[in-house]
Amino acid sequence: MSTPTESVLLASHRKRSLRVRDGAFRAAVTGSVVVGLAVLVALIIQSLVKGWPKLGLDLITNFPSSFYEKAGIQSAIFGTLWLVAIVFVTAIPIGVGAAVYMEMFADTNVWYNRVIDVIIQNLAAVPSIVYGILGLAFLARGFIDLGPVLLTGGLTLSFLVLPVVIIASREALRSVPSSILDGALALGATRWQGVSRQVLPAAIPGIATASILAVSRAIGEAAPLLLLGALQFITFNPTGLNSSFTALPIQIFNWISRPQEGFHVAAAAAIIVLLGITLLLNATAIWLRRRFQQTW
Amino acid sequence: MATATKVMSASRPLEGLEAGRGRLREKLIVTSLFLCAALSILVTLGIVVALVEPSIEFFATISPWEFFTGTEWSPLFKNGEFGVLPLVAGTMVVTVIASFVCLPLGLFAAIYLSEYATQRTRGFVKPILEILAGVPTVVYGFFALTFVTPLLRENWLFETPPQVFNALSGGLVMGIMILPTVASIAEDAMFAVPQSLRAGAAALGATRYEVSTRVVVPAALSGIIAAFVLGISRAVGETMIVLIAVGGTPNLTWNPAKAMQTMTAFIGAAGLGDQSTGSIGYKTIFAVGMTLFLMTLVMNIISIRLVRKYREVYD
Repeated sequence: MSTPTESVLLASHRKRSLRVRDGAFRAAVTGSVVVGLAVLVALIIQSLVKGWPKLGLDLITNFPSSFYEKAGIQSAIFGTLWLVAIVFVTAIPIGVGAAVYMEMFADTNVWYNRVIDVIIQNLAAVPSIVYGILGLAFLARGFIDLGPVLLTGGLTLSFLVLPVVIIASREALRSVPSSILDGALALGATRWQGVSRQVLPAAIPGIATASILAVSRAIGEAAPLLLLGALQFITFNPTGLNSSFTALPIQIFNWISRPQEGFHVAAAAAIIVLLGITLLLNATAIWLRRRFQQTW
Repeated sequence: MATATKVMSASRPLEGLEAGRGRLREKLIVTSLFLCAALSILVTLGIVVALVEPSIEFFATISPWEFFTGTEWSPLFKNGEFGVLPLVAGTMVVTVIASFVCLPLGLFAAIYLSEYATQRTRGFVKPILEILAGVPTVVYGFFALTFVTPLLRENWLFETPPQVFNALSGGLVMGIMILPTVASIAEDAMFAVPQSLRAGAAALGATRYEVSTRVVVPAALSGIIAAFVLGISRAVGETMIVLIAVGGTPNLTWNPAKAMQTMTAFIGAAGLGDQSTGSIGYKTIFAVGMTLFLMTLVMNIISIRLVRKYREVYD
């Protein structure tokens, strides 16, 4: 047994060591966030500093070239725009449709609905290069044999972002309280009428956020396109779905892998453009979510 | 008159019930929505078929024993060697380095967001972490090659400085890339821990540190492990960073200062070389892809299971 004074001393000792530990832990957890932010800042500053001399109207209006003074990204920008358009008209409607089915119509006690649920979660975690293999085996070569054209690249990216769209849209639909649908049903609406006229409009901000994030992901992806054989010297803008193409991230990869420092500068300048687009899209998505977030 | 009836009936909600045609329309809509969802089954089957068929042909030529135990990898050369171990080793080295970064930092960031940050800082820090997750991987690769590698080479404390391409810088940068994924899933799990547990511990005199490490983390453990497993799976499957910063030379070594080739980097590089369809080099892409797919699939399934477990406990 310790005397009263001893226990007071012990208590104060525990207090002090605890306070030290508490402070150290607080510093550690805060520090880990700071590390992440610091890397983001360093990454942005480094590309700005390195790419600044090359950043200008010429970069955007010129086509790729074997001379880095003349090299530009016009065909890459148009290629990326085409890819985004393909993803926008395929992955987003299909993804939202799938999300509506899973959240609003699917009976989770039926085995195939549970299978679809697990499969979607799995697909979201499949490495992007594996989607490239899918596109290579079925679209670029094999049965359909389109070659490395826009349609191949766009559809491959659509498969890639599909699970992202589905999962995020489901979350958006789930956040609309069921009382809204119940109210519509009670007034005599059919389930689809209730979903399409009440639940979906209420979930639009969340679905828009999901779509923007998916598009931003598609814009930044390079690996599946590389595997399809899309790394080519393209000095013209795509004219249609069966046109050869280049895209921003592949063009950047191409320039990074060249030994001349001049191409690295060009890569950094193109990175500023790419980062600008993707960060703007991400920021818009976050803003949208915050602006229209409803607490029911 | 006719138009007036039409307008009236359209606004009548019971139209579907009496006419039967509305019912049919509704059924068609639900069926097409189901088809959208079922497309994911088709995609999965497509991936499996795409991988399995050429892999079988590959293993008809190259014995699995040679593939999984061989220590030399040069499949695209004439009389090439088909031992996948150098690629597996490269993948493991990079993954371990990335894990050393993303697992502790991700867990700590999650603890910060869930237990320490005020509502205001949280609302500001979380979106920035999300932006970190939105940076394209080619950009991370460029950062690793032109910023981190020179930094390491100039400040190296050991004897021989890292090569221009090395596993260390690629792994470190990859860890930062995965940090937001780990943090976000781990934080979700911590968020699901009931407030009453925290309050109870605090009432017994626990400090915030004790609440975090002895109550919240153990209670959210399955979710945290799910986050870790998914983070590791992301590291195994990442392509562009390793292709740019770690290099393209298969190298059976544990020295992170050396250039290596990972499984993903091989697949990406093989795509650049334009292998003719049906050649052994072409089939190699699928055999390595299959190995990669199976490794990540196992991890993803474990992770999904664990997430479901904590959802069941607290939701």
